[in-house]
Amino acid sequence: MKLEFMSGNMAIAEGAITAGMRFFAGYPITPASDIMEYLAEVLPEKGGLVVQYEDEIASINAALGASWAGVKSMTATSGPGFSLMVEALSLAAITETPVVVADIMRAGPSTGVPTKTSQSDVFQVRYAPHGEHLIPALAPWSVQEAYDLTIKAFNISELVRTPVILLSDAVVAHMWESAIIKDVNEVEIVNRKKPSTPPNEYMPYKPDEDLIPPMANFGEGYKVLVESLAHDERGYYRQSNDVYRKLIWRLINKVKRHIDKIYDYETYYLNNETEYLIISYGSTARSALAAVRDLRRKGVKVGMFRPKTLWPTKEEVIKEVTKDVKKVFVVENNTGKMVAEFERYIKKAEVVSIPILSLDIPTPEEILEVVSSWL
Amino acid sequence: MSRPLTIRDLPREERFAPGHRMCQGCGAAILMRHITKAVPKDTIITQATGCVEVTTTLYPETAWKHPWIHVAFENAAAVASGVEAALKALKRKGVIPESKDVKVLSMGGDGGTFDIGIQALSGMLERGHDVLYIVYDNEAYMNTGIQRSGATPFGAWTTTTPVGKVWRGEWRRKKDIISIALAHRVPYVATVNPAFLPDLYEKIRKALSIKGPKLIHAFSPCVPGWRYEPELTIAIAKMAVFTGVWVNYEVENGEFRVTTPVPKRKPVEEYLKLQGRFRHLTAQEISEIQKYVDEQVEHINKLAGKVVIGPVER
Repeated sequence: MKLEFMSGNMAIAEGAITAGMRFFAGYPITPASDIMEYLAEVLPEKGGLVVQYEDEIASINAALGASWAGVKSMTATSGPGFSLMVEALSLAAITETPVVVADIMRAGPSTGVPTKTSQSDVFQVRYAPHGEHLIPALAPWSVQEAYDLTIKAFNISELVRTPVILLSDAVVAHMWESAIIKDVNEVEIVNRKKPSTPPNEYMPYKPDEDLIPPMANFGEGYKVLVESLAHDERGYYRQSNDVYRKLIWRLINKVKRHIDKIYDYETYYLNNETEYLIISYGSTARSALAAVRDLRRKGVKVGMFRPKTLWPTKEEVIKEVTKDVKKVFVVENNTGKMVAEFERYIKKAEVVSIPILSLDIPTPEEILEVVSSWL
Repeated sequence: MSRPLTIRDLPREERFAPGHRMCQGCGAAILMRHITKAVPKDTIITQATGCVEVTTTLYPETAWKHPWIHVAFENAAAVASGVEAALKALKRKGVIPESKDVKVLSMGGDGGTFDIGIQALSGMLERGHDVLYIVYDNEAYMNTGIQRSGATPFGAWTTTTPVGKVWRGEWRRKKDIISIALAHRVPYVATVNPAFLPDLYEKIRKALSIKGPKLIHAFSPCVPGWRYEPELTIAIAKMAVFTGVWVNYEVENGEFRVTTPVPKRKPVEEYLKLQGRFRHLTAQEISEIQKYVDEQVEHINKLAGKVVIGPVER
């Protein structure tokens, strides 16, 4: 364990190394490029490989290939690059391939303001990939959390056999803070479940009780079939409602079944006297918390809820933290997106969307001003 | 006109406006200034994402006096195809007169052409659109901070091919984009260099006079990416030609012609030593690069059918 002064992107790279990532495939894009640059310097010394591909499509597909070869792999990009990766994310979902994709959000659409921050990809990571899937997404708010959540992202992807999105942004990416970097034996590392059956009995998509099939990799003596068509437990394409329903519901339910391992959040000043609740996430939550403190100094009974996991939402948690409050403010650096997701579960309290578009993060004063007008 | 064109013969009118944010000494800026002199006023330019795009169009300003469209990173050639097809349709429908000859120019950097844009480029060349595509090649992704590309030469340092105990800079050779274009049987391809502007001007004029898809590969020194002082841009561009690292040539309907013959070559270290990105190279690595250049020169001479690029003279 050591304390290091580093940027959020360096923390993602370090977190990935701690988690055991040994293959990074990438393509340059601001503000994510320095993850690849940092790894290009340090990963070869760890016996890992960094390859820069010809585009984002090749990068994520290479990462999927490496995962099937038995190596923990990742790629990193920003909004426009993520758009090119979404086809492969659907592929990763149906083939149940563990992989981590870091999306360092910048102000879009398109080239937008490429060096500045935004939280406008929160729906893209959930809904852009085609077909049915439930791909988890984690959003760090600090350099320390960029490190911790990267490890968590790998653990989830290995445990549940799913792609996981690490949804950082330009502010967290290029902010420098102290962070505690741990050794491998000081942190819980999850590795994919291996088959215990002999090779001739192995079925690549036959789940255990936990809905997750053990994963044999190429070259381990098992028949490995990576099938993008809707498949049965053997991995063979079957055009039938039974097979399709069983497969899709298992892909969704295996994530929901492990929600306690996936969902993470933090609350601030939340007790049974809290009247107002601010919900905020990622870099914007830093300003939101400052605004909460200012309001409390003025005597307003306000608390804060900060989800670290943006997708999927744990319904019970949202219901629990909002059960006694009158009003909920959802503060985010976009035109008001995650508010729709929270609103689905908040039945009693009034929900107010506070969308503050800001190329840097919204300032505490801006948040204070808008929230105060709704009190 | 038998007298060779000189720099004084180039148009005086500037169509690449000053005030853009390109670096002092930028090779691509010199290229853009003279490319825009060579193409007619109403030429439509499609531009891929890259250094030139971001530094010339900072809202609410633009350096472009031509009609100009920026698209995504990977599809400048596809958009040029669409623009060219639209011009055809407008002529067919009588919206613009048949006699009006509007040229389409598409430009991208090496990343947007050699790597992510090659699919769109190949499609454009294959479909035979009447478009001139110019790639300004600064041999890495300079806009995002010097990451390697398919155009990065052997031995060059970049942030994703760092120099350390395990890696020694780029270990792969540069992709041959001209051969890729020629494989599409296009009527005209050429290489140009900012140190040889009359040659650049003539090639662009010639390319525009030919119907069909054309590709021009432009050498584009990069001050921050290649690690040299801004005043050395033209010296480096010249030295690339004098060492045989870069050869100015054209292939017109299969006919190969070197436009800047070099009777006596300089050793490759004369070019390498001007740039910080090569400063880690050992004598052995330099001799390996010399070998690669010798191979390339031999190939060029074979295509030319005579010795146009001479031997190294120390």
